[in-house]
Amino acid sequence: MAKLTIVEAVKDALDCEMARDSSVIVLGEDVGVDGGVFRATDGLQKKYGERRVIDTPLAESGIVGTSIGMAIQGLKPVAEIQFDGFTYPALDQLFSHAARIRNRTRGKITCPLVVRFPYGGGIRALEHHNESPETYFVHTAGLKVVIPSNPYDTKGLLIAAIRDPDPVIFMEPKRIYRAIRDEVPENAYTVEIGKANVLREGTDLTIISWGAMVRETQKAADAAAAQGVRAEVIDVRTLSPCDWDTILASVQKTGRAIIVHEAPHTLGFGAEIAARIQEKLLLYLKAPVQRVTGYDTPFPYFKLEDAYLPNPERIGKAIDQVMKF
Amino acid sequence: MQKTAAKFTVKYVQVVDEKGNVDKKLEPKLSDKELRDLYKWMVLERTFDNTAISLQREGRIGTYASSLGEEAVHVGSVFATKDTDWIFPDYREHVAFLMRNVPVKNLLLHWGGSEDGMALPEKSNIMPVCIPVGTQTLHGVGSALAMKLKNQKSATLTFIGDASTSTGDFHEGLNFAGTFVTPSVIIIRNNHWAISVPTVCHDSEWGGCQTRAETLAQKAIGYGFEGVQVDGNDVLAVYSVVKQALDKARDGKGPTLIECVTYRLGPHTTADDPTRYQDPKILKSWLEKEPLKRFQLYLKKKKLWDDKFEAAVKAEAKRIVNQGVADAEKHKPQPTDMFDFVYKNLTPNLKEQRDGWQS
Repeated sequence: MAKLTIVEAVKDALDCEMARDSSVIVLGEDVGVDGGVFRATDGLQKKYGERRVIDTPLAESGIVGTSIGMAIQGLKPVAEIQFDGFTYPALDQLFSHAARIRNRTRGKITCPLVVRFPYGGGIRALEHHNESPETYFVHTAGLKVVIPSNPYDTKGLLIAAIRDPDPVIFMEPKRIYRAIRDEVPENAYTVEIGKANVLREGTDLTIISWGAMVRETQKAADAAAAQGVRAEVIDVRTLSPCDWDTILASVQKTGRAIIVHEAPHTLGFGAEIAARIQEKLLLYLKAPVQRVTGYDTPFPYFKLEDAYLPNPERIGKAIDQVMKF
Repeated sequence: MQKTAAKFTVKYVQVVDEKGNVDKKLEPKLSDKELRDLYKWMVLERTFDNTAISLQREGRIGTYASSLGEEAVHVGSVFATKDTDWIFPDYREHVAFLMRNVPVKNLLLHWGGSEDGMALPEKSNIMPVCIPVGTQTLHGVGSALAMKLKNQKSATLTFIGDASTSTGDFHEGLNFAGTFVTPSVIIIRNNHWAISVPTVCHDSEWGGCQTRAETLAQKAIGYGFEGVQVDGNDVLAVYSVVKQALDKARDGKGPTLIECVTYRLGPHTTADDPTRYQDPKILKSWLEKEPLKRFQLYLKKKKLWDDKFEAAVKAEAKRIVNQGVADAEKHKPQPTDMFDFVYKNLTPNLKEQRDGWQS
């Protein structure tokens, strides 16, 4: 088994699926000769040719709209949008068409495609390169939203996304693209879309997170463990569809919940999780549900990004709050 | 030093003039049956349109976008396709669906407010009605790219309106088509209006129009391929130019943009009142150029049209449309269908909501 980073696992998943299925087409800006600005498609054009790894003009709506046309004809486009903040020009195509074509035709025409992009802050990048737009996609009926937090899940979830019959938004935590190296099987395998992962079992509280925030959460859970607080940590992995059974079973057991995400506070996906918990588990709760999130501000330029992003200290404070309530 | 870096021209094509006279050099080789079929399809669209407007006024369908006056654009271009070519309509090309074996019932279900209408029959190879203007340009180009990647000898035919040429997706679509040399034919139905805003800028420098370009066809030149302007009320001109463009596309010689100059003789939709912004004299001048009348004159000169033929064609069109009305009005959409087609399989959220709706 090879030890791979998240970005290497992305490439490995694409390679496996391109080898298995000739209808899989990779397209986007700089994905060909350059292998992607993060090298997520490095060497694929050399291996599969310019007909299957396509450098497109610089136009995100064009990339997604063209991918929709390809999907209608039975191809499996995997489109890369270079950065999170540049998905916005393509939202109309995703919201108005990719998400709706199955429903609009009552299942006669479908649009299975994958739009993958690096997301989130923490890499000292320029404006528009630090966004966490998952809520927009989760709010749109017809899209699936997947966010891995480690190399093993990255490969398995991306392969599952490519094989999925519906359009999938695949958000890659660029801050930890190369931060972790895990054993990843060489063969193709899938991680089921719709299943959360309990990363650490505990009895005192449940901390729910995804993407790059999972590492921060684990650090906070380590610190809490040293104080004798046993936190259960859940990596949501797929926000749409969401594995409510796993989340609710955990909170029912622990009676306390904290949600950690780097997207803005108001109407972040944490708001939906908190709402569900009170709908289903009010009488089990020992403390109000807390959220540790980005702020309701534009993502700050990088001199202030550490002040914006949730970190183990902020999560630790929330742990104290719910434990002492 | 100074020289001309590049120079372009835009061709205009008319085959039959307003009096029904034909330009013999340009006349397409169509059989008598095919010529009569072109006329029958145009009559069918107009009959459907009249019926749909009546149904809307009686509250039996919802807001409806009329095709009145634009029949030659729709019929001429779809008649030029092969069944394996895919069509990407916007929302005015009713007859395009009928020409692809979609029953009248489906169109009336769509305009009557049910998604079931666009559950299109297998192999109709036409996309559903597309309301966000210009967006489908990219779908047509993407599908054409897929056909090219799969080495299929087929092409895509996309319809957009004149105002779509103001959208970003139109330009991105043309640029992708030019870049990848896709087998795409993009038809602009230039009906002169986007609700109340005219296409062409006249004196004002303060907007009130879509473009200051002399033609819409010339926009293709900026993307490295040919744009042609056609008399959009001349079904034979539309047919000929689209046929050539589709043959060229299937031959691997790339895309064509075709501007069909016609006129919206009705309102934008049944919710619109054009007397607020349209000069009745201009409308009258275009009524005289309308496409059915003109083709009738041509067929009459060829002894392919007489009163008896006209009566038979109209009666048959009425029969088809009335049957569609009866079928559509019997149809009841299933409420649970709103949950069942969002994804291939129900998600936990949708299952819970569906169960809640039923209980």
